[in-house]
Amino acid sequence: MSEQVSASVLDLVGNTPMVRLRGVTAGLPERVEVYAKLEYFNPGGSVKDRAARQMILEALADGRLSRDKVLIDSTSGNTGVAYAMFCAALGIEAHLVMPSNVSQPRKELIAAYGAKIIFSDPLEGSDGAIELAHQVLADDRTGRYFYPDQYSNPANPRAHELTTGPEIVRDTQGRVTHFVAGLGTTGTVMGTGRALRRLAPAARIVGVQPDAAFHGLEGLKHLESSIVPAIYEASGHDQTVWMGTEAGWAMRERLGREEGLVVGHSSGASVEAALRVAQGLTEGVIVCICCDHGDRYFDPRKLQRSSAAVAHV
Amino acid sequence: MAITIRIPTALRKLSGGLDRVPAEAGTVREVIAALGLSHPALAAQLLDEAGNLRSFINLYANEDSIKELNGLDTVLKSGDDLSIVPAIAGG
Repeated sequence: MSEQVSASVLDLVGNTPMVRLRGVTAGLPERVEVYAKLEYFNPGGSVKDRAARQMILEALADGRLSRDKVLIDSTSGNTGVAYAMFCAALGIEAHLVMPSNVSQPRKELIAAYGAKIIFSDPLEGSDGAIELAHQVLADDRTGRYFYPDQYSNPANPRAHELTTGPEIVRDTQGRVTHFVAGLGTTGTVMGTGRALRRLAPAARIVGVQPDAAFHGLEGLKHLESSIVPAIYEASGHDQTVWMGTEAGWAMRERLGREEGLVVGHSSGASVEAALRVAQGLTEGVIVCICCDHGDRYFDPRKLQRSSAAVAHV
Repeated sequence: MAITIRIPTALRKLSGGLDRVPAEAGTVREVIAALGLSHPALAAQLLDEAGNLRSFINLYANEDSIKELNGLDTVLKSGDDLSIVPAIAGG
C-alpha cells in the first residue's frame, strides 16, 4: 500500500505542514523566521484531532472505552468535531455538551458525523458546559458513559508530546527557538513544551491568554477567571503573552489578506503573539500554532436556551 | 420600558454577582447607556474608547442577534431580555 492510503481516519492526524510567514513579518530581520503550523490540515479541521485521538486510543487500549459505551465530554466545538468524527469511524456513540451559541458550522459538522449535542446555557460559557457534563454524569444510572474529560486527561498533552513537539523539531531541523500557542485546555502548550524541553532545550515556550475575562478570542481561556484545567502547570511555559481581542482579530484579518491563510480567532492571537516575541530578535525560529480554519466562525442568529435533554441539531 | 439585561458569568464580578440587571430603555443603545450609569465598570467592558460597542460583543434581544435586527437602534419593548453572550473559551 502507498503511504498515501490509510486504514482509518484516525491515521490521518498530525504531520501538519508549516508555512513561513512573509507578509505580516515585514520589517523583521531575514534571520528571524516565523512559521505557522497549520493544524486545519488535520482530518477534523483542527488541532483538537490530536488530543481527541490520543484520549480515545488510550481508553480503547485499557478498556475504559468500548463500542457499548457512549463517549461524553464538554467542548467549545473543535474537540467535539474531533470526537464525533473518530467515534463515527469506530462505531461508538458520542454525546457532546457545548454552549448553545457555538457556531452553526460546528453544530452542522457534528450532526453530519451522527453525534448528539447537549446544549448548555450560552451565558455560562464553556465552564457552564463542563458543569452540565458533570451533572449529566451524576444523574446517570446506566454506567454507559465514558468521560474523557479533556481538561484533566493526561492523554491530551501527551498527544502533543508525542506528535506536535517532535514534528516541530523535525521540520525545523532542531532550530526552533520559540514555540507560541494559545492556552485553552492548555494541552497543546503543556505537551509540545514537554517535548521541546527534551528535544530542543533552548526553545522558549510561550502561552497566549486573553487579556480580560470577557473576550472574543474563541478557543482561548482567561485562566484566572475560569475553571483552571487540571493538566495545566504554570511551569509548563516560560512566558505568557496577554492578548487583546481586537489585536488578535486584526491579525486574523491580515493573515487572510497578506498570507492567504483564513484562520480562526485563536490563530490570529497566536500569530500576533509570535510577532511580539519576534520583535527585538536578531535571529530566531519561531513556530506558532494556527488551530483551525476561519470558516467555522459565524455567530448564531438565534440564541438557543440550554437543553437538559439530549437533542439532535 | 422595563428591560432585563442578562449578564454572563464572566462579567458577574462587575455586576455584584447578579445574573440579571434591570434597565429602563427603549432601544439597545439606551440599555447600554443605562448600564453605563448603574454599572460603569461592566459597561466599560462592552464599549471601546470611542464609546462604540466592541466588535466581538454579541447581544441578543430575546433570542435574536441584534446584528440581524437594527443593531444598537433595535427597539425593545417592556419585558424583553437583552443577553450579553461571551465567546466560547478553550476546549
